[in-house]
Amino acid sequence: MLQDKSIGGRLFDAVNYTLLFILSAITILPFIHVIAGSFTTVGELARKQFVIIPTVWSLEAYKFIFSTDVIFKALSVSVGVTLFGTLFSMLLTALMAYGLSKPHLLGRSAIMFIVVFTMLFNGGLIPSFLVVKEMGLIDSYAALVVPTAINAFNLIIMRNFFQNLPDGLEESAKIDGAGYWGIFTKIVIPLSIPAVATISLFYAVTYWNTYLPAILYLDDAAKWPVQVILRQIVVLASGLAGDTSDFGNDYVAPPAQTIKMAVIVVATVPILIVYPFLQKHFAKGALIGSIKG
Amino acid sequence: MKAATVKTASITAAAEKRTTGKWGRMWKDRTLYLMIIPGLLFFVIFKYLPMGGIVIAFQDYKPYEGLMKSEWVGFEHFERLFSEPDFLIILSNTLILFAMNLLFFFPIPIILALMLNEVRHSFFKRFVQTVVYIPHFMSWVIIVSISFIMLSMDRGLINELLAWMGFEKINFLMSNEWFRPMYVLQIIWREAGWGTIIYLAAMAAIDPQLYEAARMDGANRLRQIWHITLPSIRSVIIVLLILKIGDVLELGFEHIFLLLNSMNQEVAEIFDTYVYTAGLKQGEYSFSTAVGFFKSIVGLVLIMGANWIAKKAGEDGVY
Repeated sequence: MLQDKSIGGRLFDAVNYTLLFILSAITILPFIHVIAGSFTTVGELARKQFVIIPTVWSLEAYKFIFSTDVIFKALSVSVGVTLFGTLFSMLLTALMAYGLSKPHLLGRSAIMFIVVFTMLFNGGLIPSFLVVKEMGLIDSYAALVVPTAINAFNLIIMRNFFQNLPDGLEESAKIDGAGYWGIFTKIVIPLSIPAVATISLFYAVTYWNTYLPAILYLDDAAKWPVQVILRQIVVLASGLAGDTSDFGNDYVAPPAQTIKMAVIVVATVPILIVYPFLQKHFAKGALIGSIKG
Repeated sequence: MKAATVKTASITAAAEKRTTGKWGRMWKDRTLYLMIIPGLLFFVIFKYLPMGGIVIAFQDYKPYEGLMKSEWVGFEHFERLFSEPDFLIILSNTLILFAMNLLFFFPIPIILALMLNEVRHSFFKRFVQTVVYIPHFMSWVIIVSISFIMLSMDRGLINELLAWMGFEKINFLMSNEWFRPMYVLQIIWREAGWGTIIYLAAMAAIDPQLYEAARMDGANRLRQIWHITLPSIRSVIIVLLILKIGDVLELGFEHIFLLLNSMNQEVAEIFDTYVYTAGLKQGEYSFSTAVGFFKSIVGLVLIMGANWIAKKAGEDGVY
């Protein structure tokens, strides 16, 4: 579209740009406040209230949270669950998506229906809990991964991507005597690196952010991932939650603001690190084509 | 030599014949089926077994007796649910939160996308997009934690600001009145930016000639938005609206579970939290399964209904 040089057009732009700038600031400032607050002292935070760039720098909050191994343990659980979970999910998703990407496959639409129906209807919390329990997964790390291994939405995106790959390469490989397995590992996957990377990142973010499965399936607090610990330290301590039954831990006074902020930062940083990679990929439309698929 | 060729040809023909039958075709694709099986097993075990498990809503399920031996009680749990005094409170909480979601959240990504679509400087546009997408990738625990830090009575930024301006401090986190606005604002903070992606993609596909023609006719920017951009994304809006209505009872258990406390329970208790408390905390497996089943059925009926209405109105629908 051409530049709109009329007075009305300029006024429109001025208002629009200003509003968007303010909205961006409101969105991001709470994060910056928390990050800045975590690197300063309790005194500085109390004096200045709203800290964006601390004048007094301090690592005391971080020293405190790493003085016991609670946070460290939780972080290693989260890292482990994220790595293994992403690998496991990606393996199941990519294999199934490739199989379902062949239009000639008998029973394909029936299997697709089985998948799509789970997006409309589910058994609910209690029956799902009972299945996980019957499988003997309670209090195992696998409970954080296996019951949510495939996201139907990601599966469909992946399948659409495979389906849209040019047929020619696969055909020529078939003439050379390659089977589906060979085509999948040697041709399809190397051609699908952007899609695989995007879906992997989506899975990784989901696993890093997981907390409900941990609350449902892990009674042993020593196995909790970092999000659950964050909930204990910030939400339960400041919300005076009625649900005190799973309060079972050892702090007495509500922790200082800077400490809460440091825990938030520790639970957030990995996301901020992968965010640029995420952004590079998701905008490319891997998502969009599938919405109406 | 010639005989050999003929022989190979006949073997190939035989093989061809074998592969034209249904079983032959499936045998030829066996690798594909093997690739599908692990994923299919996942769906059967973790999605369809629980669906089958709904039968315990019609039983008096006892974990030590199991599915087979537990006593059948028909619709007893459903009757109990509908006569429970809490039922109406939970139903109205759910419907109010849904209505607020639809009214105050749903239009915001559309408006934000319209604003972004008018930005001509691609650097500024990318900057705003980068910023507003960030919260979507944060867990609800992080979003709620940051909100709590900002809203707490004890040195929370918002309350300090209120005090500085001469107002009284507000106990946002433990009040009935502030629960709903807080819930909607947190959803807006986390999802409004992300929600623009689909609309922006739809807007990118609009033919620029339409705008040119409108300008020739003297339409200003607002009129162009109203007469060209909005009508062009109508079908996308309707699809997303149908999906949203289908989610009427999926208000975000992860989110509300974090906000719920004994002080705001009266307005914050929804079907999901009720199922959690009754089922997992009090061990009433059968009753809470009945509650969950009721919720799922209503959701399914609503989405099908919304889809049907959209199709009647001449739109594509989703399913």
